[in-house]
Amino acid sequence: MKNSATSAEPAARGAWLGRLAGRSRKSAYAAGRQAVSRRRFGSADLLTVLAGLAVSFLAACALLPGWIAPYSPTEMNTAAILQGPSSAHLFGTDYFGRDVFSLVVYGTRDSLLIGVSSVIVGVLLGGTLGSLAGYVGGRLDAAIMRIMDVLLTIPGILLALTIAAALGPGLRNIVLAIAISSVPGYARVMRGQIMAIRGRGYVFASRALGTKPSDVLLRHVLPNSAAPLLVMATLGLGSSILAGAGLSFLGLGVLKEIPDWGALLSQGRGYLTVAWWICTFPGLTITLFVLSVNLIGDRWRDAVDPKRKGR
Amino acid sequence: MLQAALSRLLSSLLVIVGSLALVFCIFYLLPGDPVLSMVDPTSVSPEVIENLRQQLGLDRPFHERLLTYFGDMLTGDFGRSLVGSDPVLPKILAQVPSTLLLTAASALVAVAVGVTLGVLSAVRKGGIIDLIARIVGLFGISMPTFWSGILLILIFSVQLGWLPSMGSDGWRTLILPALALGFVGAGSIVRMVRGSMLDVLNEPFITTLRAKGLRERAVQYKHALRSALIPAVTLIGMQIGDMLAGTVIIETVFSRQGIGRILADAIMAKDLPVVQGIVFFTAIVYVGINLLVDLSYAAIDPRIRRKGAKS
Repeated sequence: MKNSATSAEPAARGAWLGRLAGRSRKSAYAAGRQAVSRRRFGSADLLTVLAGLAVSFLAACALLPGWIAPYSPTEMNTAAILQGPSSAHLFGTDYFGRDVFSLVVYGTRDSLLIGVSSVIVGVLLGGTLGSLAGYVGGRLDAAIMRIMDVLLTIPGILLALTIAAALGPGLRNIVLAIAISSVPGYARVMRGQIMAIRGRGYVFASRALGTKPSDVLLRHVLPNSAAPLLVMATLGLGSSILAGAGLSFLGLGVLKEIPDWGALLSQGRGYLTVAWWICTFPGLTITLFVLSVNLIGDRWRDAVDPKRKGR
Repeated sequence: MLQAALSRLLSSLLVIVGSLALVFCIFYLLPGDPVLSMVDPTSVSPEVIENLRQQLGLDRPFHERLLTYFGDMLTGDFGRSLVGSDPVLPKILAQVPSTLLLTAASALVAVAVGVTLGVLSAVRKGGIIDLIARIVGLFGISMPTFWSGILLILIFSVQLGWLPSMGSDGWRTLILPALALGFVGAGSIVRMVRGSMLDVLNEPFITTLRAKGLRERAVQYKHALRSALIPAVTLIGMQIGDMLAGTVIIETVFSRQGIGRILADAIMAKDLPVVQGIVFFTAIVYVGINLLVDLSYAAIDPRIRRKGAKS
């Protein structure tokens, strides 16, 4: 109920503009609503819809690989070793006679798990540190941000690599490594956003009414600061997946029977001259996923860009 | 100006000391015993492990170890490799030229492609160059470097046979790795330059310049480009650091000599002193590049020059 009241108001404004342009009241109202919703969510053009479909399909691969993959990823068919793409094996077969398409489908789970969990951990850590630094300010701010500066002296992929090397291979360690290397970026954005929102009139008003500082932060400042961080997290998902694939490619990944995308590429590298498909298709899948996520992130960022925001 | 530069230099030094401490913390505070990664505990008696621990000074308190470590690093003693026990610093320095050459070539590709496409696409928004720029931008940030490297090998070495796929002798071996590594940087730079150029072209001072009858070329390439380059230069500095770190993957893909390759090998062999030395070296170069970037602002933007003179 509350929602419809707030969204009706700008729509009515749109309708008023429409009437000025000589349209009928009803269609102008609809056009106004459409313009408002388009501004808020970004126009869903064909490319974004395709990107959404690609992400959904790969998410389905991660959740229910058995429903999509035609073969078992561990099934070795000695009669079909290093076969090129065909109708029986869409992406060809590898040197054990495993179906590359099924390997890619099954590899989705670990690849996405690494990407999504490291973004969640990174956003939670970075967001909390950035909020504290921005809201409390003073010495705490200086201390947190100097630590972030130091973390930033080592390029992201190298920091992740170093932490992963120190912790050893494994899913949890790789997630932690990528998450930590992404913390400074999230912390900086969150801090800047909190500092901008902290000075707004409604925050002063709430404070003047005697609201507890923690309530002001949780109920007014945080909800209004979250959008850029969430957009950044969407774009960060792409780079986390790339980082995860890179670490696996170097042999620091999840050492399991079913390889993730990076490990699959690294295994296929030795067969480049005889079987181009083993490397090409997993790489294409990584690119497709990251590209789609970036497209959606770009569109979302345009939609919540502060320059266009009516708030 | 000089004073500003000096204070910037001082803060860079502090950050380097911080990154030194960070590397120390990653290797000595994270769970995982360095001694156990050197020897196999099942085949060696506990006394030997205890001896080794004493030899490495691991039994001493944390602050003592940190200070010794600082002293060693600052006097250029990076320790000895656990594999082959040769000193780390000469081992790294011998490989530096090859890696710096690759980084420089990649940076050249990234800046040349990124800035040119970014500027042209903003000036001719909606045209064919704009479309190309947006495709390069999206694919650049979405393709894993190891995969674009592998694709280049597949096309130019395996299929066409034009360029060698591995080795580090001569400029011909440099082209493919530099393209693979530079493409990623070009992606981010295109996006940044295009965006900031579009922002600048909408600013009032551009209208003023046009109103006073300045030729459009001069408006775009002299005035707008200069303003638009400031955020781009920051990004370029960070991208060069990322490319330096990216050599870990690219040197592995192309079997090139270099510190990235040593790092990848050292990580596999759990040769911590080598990993530590290379991470520290990269941090120094990275901080150095960012310092240069900061100082170059003054050359690009007269406003910063004047502000620097006042403080």
